[in-house]
Amino acid sequence: MTSVPDTSSSGKVLAADGTPLKQSLNRALRRQKLRALALIAPLLIFVLVSFVAPILDMLFRSVENQLISDNLPATVVALEEWDPTSGELPSEAVYEAFAGDLQAAIAIKMHTRIGSRLNYEKPGISSLFRKAGRQVKKWDVPNDGPYKEKFIDLNKGFGDVEIWRTMKTYSGAYTNGYFLNSIDMQKGADGAEMRPENERIYIKLFIRTLIMSLVITCSCIALGYPVAWILANLPARTANLLMILVLLPFWTSLLVRTSAWKVMLQQQGVVNDTLVWLGLVADDSRLALINNQTGTIIAMTHILLPFMILPLYSVMQTISPTYLRAAKSLGATNWTAFWRVYFPQSVPGIGAGSILVFILAIGYYITPELVGGTKGVFISNRIAFHISSSLNWGLAAALGAILLAVVMALYWAYDKIVGIDNVKLG
Amino acid sequence: MTFTRTLLTTSALVAVGGAAFADGHMASDMTLVSWGGAYQASQQKAYVEPYAAANAGVTAVWDESSAEAVAKLRAMNEAGNITWDLVDVVAADAIRLCDEGLAMEINADEDLAAAPDGTPASEDFGDLLVSDCFIPQIVYSTTFGYRTDLVGDTAPTDVCAVFDTEAYPGKRSLEKRPINNMEWALICDGVGKDDVYSVLETAEGQERALAKLDTIKDDVIWWSAGADTPQLLADGEVVMGSTYNGRFFSLIEEQKQPVAMLWDAQVFDLDGWIIPAGLPEDRLARVKDFVKFATDTQRLADQSKYISYGPARLSSAPLVGKHADLGIDMAPHMPTDPENAKNTFLYNYEFWADYRDDIDAKFQAWLAQ
Repeated sequence: MTSVPDTSSSGKVLAADGTPLKQSLNRALRRQKLRALALIAPLLIFVLVSFVAPILDMLFRSVENQLISDNLPATVVALEEWDPTSGELPSEAVYEAFAGDLQAAIAIKMHTRIGSRLNYEKPGISSLFRKAGRQVKKWDVPNDGPYKEKFIDLNKGFGDVEIWRTMKTYSGAYTNGYFLNSIDMQKGADGAEMRPENERIYIKLFIRTLIMSLVITCSCIALGYPVAWILANLPARTANLLMILVLLPFWTSLLVRTSAWKVMLQQQGVVNDTLVWLGLVADDSRLALINNQTGTIIAMTHILLPFMILPLYSVMQTISPTYLRAAKSLGATNWTAFWRVYFPQSVPGIGAGSILVFILAIGYYITPELVGGTKGVFISNRIAFHISSSLNWGLAAALGAILLAVVMALYWAYDKIVGIDNVKLG
Repeated sequence: MTFTRTLLTTSALVAVGGAAFADGHMASDMTLVSWGGAYQASQQKAYVEPYAAANAGVTAVWDESSAEAVAKLRAMNEAGNITWDLVDVVAADAIRLCDEGLAMEINADEDLAAAPDGTPASEDFGDLLVSDCFIPQIVYSTTFGYRTDLVGDTAPTDVCAVFDTEAYPGKRSLEKRPINNMEWALICDGVGKDDVYSVLETAEGQERALAKLDTIKDDVIWWSAGADTPQLLADGEVVMGSTYNGRFFSLIEEQKQPVAMLWDAQVFDLDGWIIPAGLPEDRLARVKDFVKFATDTQRLADQSKYISYGPARLSSAPLVGKHADLGIDMAPHMPTDPENAKNTFLYNYEFWADYRDDIDAKFQAWLAQ
């Protein structure tokens, strides 16, 4: 600013062009902000379009349920007057509306999609719709009624109150059904209820995912801390060489590393063979190290270890060795010097490494799928299953939304307890 | 500037060249989707290479995405951009794709070649045309193999050996899904073959199958990729295990491992092509031309030179010859060979389409316990 402040008449500080200095300053700052925004705009737009928007779109599927109200509009209206608790079948009007709707849906090949949607809630509806589709398209609606008998003649499934109750329950444009399902609940005749014991899996999987991710994070700290300490305290030449050893597996394909663990850990594998040869384990009681939780923990700890070592190393490098020497010269034992002086300064590195490892671990699915057997798989394996095999994208989205919420809640709690400002990546 | 002009000229030339090579209004390249590995290689050798030799300038690119084909086609359909021309899927997936309108319906007699003796395609394929969109290629089966050196003196002949941990101790590998396993469990629990699906429809039947599987739960290694069981058998990790019959063929005949097959209660299934719905005209014309060629009697028989899956046409069966590299007779290795097909089980597509989600939830809950 070259202008000389003019404080003469009004008492306000004026810029060279006569506008108040505050206003002029604000304008300059705004221009600067806009320029900065324009500079990051390409990245911002890219992230919004290619990352945030698809995620929001996918998450929206967890509550979206327009399929039924869009494609069976007359039936949905007609069903409003029917009371499912009466135990009686809906009236002829409902069946007639349904015949009309179904014909329209068949014409655009939507009837099987509606069937699959309802089949998530009640098995058997999918085939009911598919079978009905072949016949109903030949009907002359609304002239060849009554449709109630016609439908029940076609398939006695249409005479089941449960079918109509399911249709009525899921007729809204939005549903919480997927979310209920992902916490092992369902919509029963009178509100939400727990699923039968033998169908409950998701809560168990969520808890298992969290606990195992925590175990993996802890074992990464236990293994990574000494390695990072050695790296930080060796002469640069040796440290660089060792650093390559840490990074080398990082550059190897994830699948290769996971498969290598299979060879190592299986019952006829390298580890067991060695133990038997050393006489530590009997040949007929070889250890089960793979296809269970142990396998997942070992393989994932190995795979995620660099994410712990790197932030730890960069934080430890900044800790001056003179602090330790000073502590010792003042009479501290080795342990006290480490625990009271060195360790507190390395905590930000542990924090950064733990967040990285924990959040990566919680979303892993390839490694658990390959070495986890049945007891070592994560919730992400079920999400992958619903996306690519069962095609129940609504349920996958609900599970994903819950996982995202859990991660954010943990992050928030972490910020409250440790403070995110205390996390250092370098 | 010069560079840009060169680039433009080149691309114009390429475009003209491409158009000139494609005959009529057919596109000159195709994206085929398959499973990768030996199976895709057999398709390349039996179908694509002879087709490219007969139609100069036509190129085919493979995408190894068959395992996720249904999900990906659905996403492509929602995005309005179909990048695949022909997709290899199992019959159950073909039925789902057809149901959702994601696959094109075909007219077998019009779109597929007749047998050499003039039998129309619809009769030549017969019952194997399980969906209006499905063009069958092969019959494969999921069956068991066992280590000949680990089963003692009496080799198993019955599928129920899988559930007999006293006579055949050791681990077994089963696929990590309810399909097939539930059926085998019920058969070995004394349910007649014809009653399996009516029993499995009920909650009690499902409980019963899981209870039977429970008796061997601690001895099972669950697989999710077809290559797992052959590897586990070769390593001696399991005594017996299930996988696709073609995988056993290469394990036994090509890799000479001490493994033998237990064809008892093998479950037949089909694999074939679907054409995605909504292809532009020129690509559709090309892919129809290719499919007609690739599924004729000779081509289907040729595929069995490279892999031990049975051709889906009746008229191809007599033409099945010897393996292209090993020179062994392929007929006795086909799942449809009378010697192997003494006791077979037919996969019920309709049943699993309806009950898959329900039974899968119970199966997964059982696995997690």
